[in-house]
Amino acid sequence: MSMAAAHQITAGFMPLFDSAVLVAAGEMGFAAREGIELKLQRETSWANIRDRIAIGHFDVAHMLGPMPLACSLGLTPLASETIVPFSLGLGGNCVTVSNAVWEGMAAHGAAPDLDPARAGVALGGLVRERTAAGREPLRFAVVHPHSGHNYELRYWLAACGIDPDRDIEIVIVPPPFMADALSAGRIDGYCVGEPWNSASVAAGIGRIVTVKALLWRNSPEKVLGVRKAWAEEHPDALAALLRALHHSARWCQDPANRGDLAALMARHAFLGQPAAIQMPVLTGQLQLGGGSERRVEDFFLPFDKAANFPWKSHALWFYTQMVRWGQLPHTPQNLAIARDCYRPDLYRSALKPLGVALPGANAKVEGALKVATPVGSAGASLVLGPDGFFDGQIFDPDRIEAYIAGQKRA
Amino acid sequence: MSTGSLTILVIDENRIRASIIEAGLRDAGHRHVTVIHDVAGIARRIAEIEPDVIVIDLENPNRDMLENMFQLSRAVKRPIAMFVDRSDQASIEAAVDAGVSAYVVDGLKKERIKPILDMAISRFNAFSRMARELEEARSELENRKVIDRAKGILMKSRGLSEEAAYALLRKTAMNQNRKIADIAQSLVTAAGLLGPLEGE
Repeated sequence: MSMAAAHQITAGFMPLFDSAVLVAAGEMGFAAREGIELKLQRETSWANIRDRIAIGHFDVAHMLGPMPLACSLGLTPLASETIVPFSLGLGGNCVTVSNAVWEGMAAHGAAPDLDPARAGVALGGLVRERTAAGREPLRFAVVHPHSGHNYELRYWLAACGIDPDRDIEIVIVPPPFMADALSAGRIDGYCVGEPWNSASVAAGIGRIVTVKALLWRNSPEKVLGVRKAWAEEHPDALAALLRALHHSARWCQDPANRGDLAALMARHAFLGQPAAIQMPVLTGQLQLGGGSERRVEDFFLPFDKAANFPWKSHALWFYTQMVRWGQLPHTPQNLAIARDCYRPDLYRSALKPLGVALPGANAKVEGALKVATPVGSAGASLVLGPDGFFDGQIFDPDRIEAYIAGQKRA
Repeated sequence: MSTGSLTILVIDENRIRASIIEAGLRDAGHRHVTVIHDVAGIARRIAEIEPDVIVIDLENPNRDMLENMFQLSRAVKRPIAMFVDRSDQASIEAAVDAGVSAYVVDGLKKERIKPILDMAISRFNAFSRMARELEEARSELENRKVIDRAKGILMKSRGLSEEAAYALLRKTAMNQNRKIADIAQSLVTAAGLLGPLEGE
């Protein structure tokens, strides 16, 4: 196109596979087709993403799902109103442990089947054995305190009777350093997005013990975080971007494009990791280590199952976990800020002209769908779920007080 | 407390830049300045140093880990407020623009911190200016080398004088709206592909 783009948008991203929808929007021409010149800028930390969104270097960014809540709730050094009009996908994370921890877990009944309950019981057995022997608590890493990784790891541990603050230690390590930290023995395990689990398995230094897609099926992960002030000043640019992301997400989901997408993300400017290592996240066919292999249904969904819809129930579940782990007191004001952060209204108004399937509700009861279920939607048909938590719990966003009151630390 | 009594920790993987900041802070009368390049074992170091102000380069990939550590008082043993003062938007923007962030122990007055941050910002800026100039000088030198080689090829293959060869390169660059160095590079590459014209 020789014509100047109608909209210039600067987007920050972290080198993780789930930035794919944003990256492909820029690199595969979806943004250009909507009249957008999308400038992608790779960052080295979530803190940088947060700061650059706050002071206006970035208009939008690839963000951890709970991060816009943390920004809007003033939990971060630079408070700034950040909204979520689009989700960049569901699932995609794993829990990986060192070979030594895996051996310990196996002695307590763990099997290479990714079953969260079985793995959790085995880890609990190992933790108690170590405590009884007076050994140091195991140290697990997550990427950020306000991350899906932190909350799902804690949820899993607590549901299996392991207190994530007392029985183990949780530290922060940047995703690309996880494998190094594991192999150097600085950490015993971690929860991170791909390709950083498969990277440890490929290097023979770790074992994948369970995955996000089994802890909470079809659960939220990265989102498009948008500076609220920018969104209000540039509604047309935002709507055009959401349409570009919609087309990009559909392209990313299509199995016919897996090879191209893996090659794109492998480029030095994005992940800088071999294309082969991008395939497990795309196929759900995971090498667990030690020669074991498992296929996980809905391991990572960039588009299907309404993956891009910013459900308020997702924002509210993150909120309940912030309260659960003492990051924030539960007040009506905080609850309202969290709820207002995710903006299904903006998603709907941007995509309505495309005639695509749009959920009729803004929130859903998480964990209610045991099987894939067609649901009422405007436009084409839409299938949701299954969306169950591994421990059978239900999160009803209309009964949030009861959910918070019922949460245990372990 | 005098200026010099503040304890400042600089965390920067770039040794040259770190020493430039350190020198600046010492010149300004700060006697307790510690520089750390490697974040391994940093929790223990911070507990020993007990810094009032921590200055970190934004490109440090361990920023998330460091921030979390500062927030957990059990690691650093005291509460830390970050980014000088949340309300001081101009300082924050200048800092992020320069590529630096500062973390400050709660309770320190802004007027005591501002000069430290200003110093870090100006040194960061000076350093990136210097690095840019160095890079420009390096690429200028490389451009000149490749232009010389392209001139040599033209002189040899077309029997041109040096001035005429240069004029031809310049004219081609202008016509194609490209840089002379780019045209020269294309010519050198093409000549390499076509055979041993060069260096005969």
